Amino acid sequence: MDYAVIVLLQILLTVANLALISAGLAVIFGMMRIINMAHGEFLMLGGYAALVSHQAGLNLWLAIFVVAPLSVGLIGAVLERLVIRRLYGRMIDTMLATWGVSLALIGLVTVLFGNTVAGISPPLGSLQIGDYAISLYELLTAGVTALMFLAGWWVLARTRIGLVARAAMQNREMAAALGVDPSRVYAATFVTGAAISGLAGALVAPITGVVPSIGATYIAKAFITVISGGAAILSGTLSAAGLLGTVNAAFSFLMSPVLGQVALLACAVVLLRLLPEGVTGRFFRRSL
Amino acid sequence: MSIVLRAAAGYCVVALASFYALVLVPQGGDVTVMINGAIYSSYAILALSLALIWGYAGILSFGQAAFFGLAGYIYAVAGLNIGDTAIAALLAIGGSAAFALVVGYFVFWGRLSDVYLGVITLTVSLILYRFINQTAGEEWTIGVAPLGGFNGIPATPILTWFGRPDEPLMPEQIYLLSVGALILCYLLCRLVIITRFGRAAIAIRENPARAELLGYDTRLYKLGVFTLGGILAGVSGVLFANSVFVSPTMFNLQSNGQIIIWVIVGGLGTLAGPVIGCFLMLALSTWLGTLEGVAWADPNLVMGVALTLCVVGLPRGLLPTAAMIGDAALAGIRRMRERRPSPVQTVEERP
Repeated sequence: MDYAVIVLLQILLTVANLALISAGLAVIFGMMRIINMAHGEFLMLGGYAALVSHQAGLNLWLAIFVVAPLSVGLIGAVLERLVIRRLYGRMIDTMLATWGVSLALIGLVTVLFGNTVAGISPPLGSLQIGDYAISLYELLTAGVTALMFLAGWWVLARTRIGLVARAAMQNREMAAALGVDPSRVYAATFVTGAAISGLAGALVAPITGVVPSIGATYIAKAFITVISGGAAILSGTLSAAGLLGTVNAAFSFLMSPVLGQVALLACAVVLLRLLPEGVTGRFFRRSL
Repeated sequence: MSIVLRAAAGYCVVALASFYALVLVPQGGDVTVMINGAIYSSYAILALSLALIWGYAGILSFGQAAFFGLAGYIYAVAGLNIGDTAIAALLAIGGSAAFALVVGYFVFWGRLSDVYLGVITLTVSLILYRFINQTAGEEWTIGVAPLGGFNGIPATPILTWFGRPDEPLMPEQIYLLSVGALILCYLLCRLVIITRFGRAAIAIRENPARAELLGYDTRLYKLGVFTLGGILAGVSGVLFANSVFVSPTMFNLQSNGQIIIWVIVGGLGTLAGPVIGCFLMLALSTWLGTLEGVAWADPNLVMGVALTLCVVGLPRGLLPTAAMIGDAALAGIRRMRERRPSPVQTVEERP
């Protein structure tokens, strides 16, 4: 019984982790149709921002929830202005340019902080369930992920900002004719996506540690989740994370964690053969 | 510059470069140059494989290194087990072609758009990386070949002639073989794009819907070119395994990224451009490696900045830009001559 609870919680945590690391990418890809290859590095930068400010003596929660999203959002704003803005509408060029940015960021962080693993010990201790224990901090990240998706839904569906953003993405000319400045909306969306990635990176940093090349371990999972999800940002990412996370956790339990990841990626390749437009290309088509 | 003249000039340059690499360098007898030359040439074949499938068939494969690494691993494992590495090389190239067929089936029959295709191929490559990376330990042994996990297979066997498994090739011979293979692969790609098959592939790149309405099965043509790319990448992987050894880094994100960088820097839609781009970028990173105490000389940083700058500032790549500048200069000379009437007609116009 305890074991079953632990397994279920572990699956839940895997799903939440997948949704968390994909959220920023989903905003940027789902809204702007930009495949941001530097997404993994945004996560890595979020982790470093939290780590450095925490080591400088800042409270850990402030470092994670304030400093990381702010600093990565700022970096996103700079990149948007220097690179992304010149390439709107050229999907492949954006993808290549952001890949360049990704390599450059890895190199830059290696130069600044060295190619070593650094870490913050996860706070909060653990929760005992019978003979087993599960980290309370990991449960907290799952809760934050859920809150984040709820907030995202609320902003997109219920506020004026969300309405304007969706309008500008759907029909740029019409939105411009109605007095919205599309380039500002695009910039704001990109910065939001970057800030969410920064927060996600900071949240997972105490669990995984940070190293300049850590982005590469997230990027395949994040991409595959967002692409398998399809056009709808929130329901797509959540449904794909649910499916792939369960596969991942199941195979990790049955075989080994690495084979779990291999199974996740293989499952996504088959899924895209069956549903080329992702889960929300066929199901929940009218959702957000 | 007329097209014929440009093609002739191109072939002359290729012939001169081949002469230099195949005759002059071996006469110099510098083994370090030859070992590096073999590595560069094997990478250049990898650049050719992406140049062909992306530049001429419009298939954006971000994971071309998957076939490169897979062929290397098949070669190493089969070579250790069979002993006759010539057969192992053929097996490896066949294996990477078969893998390209399977991956191609999933992506082309799923009718994935090019961006999704890029991500899927990259994912396939990263799956292999993850998998191979964790194969350290006794239980991961195929026959007599330990997969070696993160360390790869340092005991990768050296190629031999058919039927003479106990006479491994010398570094000079590996070098000649690699350069020869590069030239052959280049000519093969040239040949493919002037055949009916190649022209159909180019037509599909230009307008898939129209090509399909004219009765071409775009999936089959794309699969054909993609498999050919897999074969080239396989050849490259086998040669690379001979000059260095096989390790999981053959599959990783950086390997996949640098192939794209070579093609973008050299010029998409050309064959020689990516080869030049490959040589230039490799020479650049080798040079950066020799600098000491220079903090910014991190290869990732330089490669990344080069890629971003090329995409934003030089979207056509070096070779097409150079050809454009050459055309403009020639046109300028011609205009100046026309202003000053001269008895001799312009030289370029002669057959």
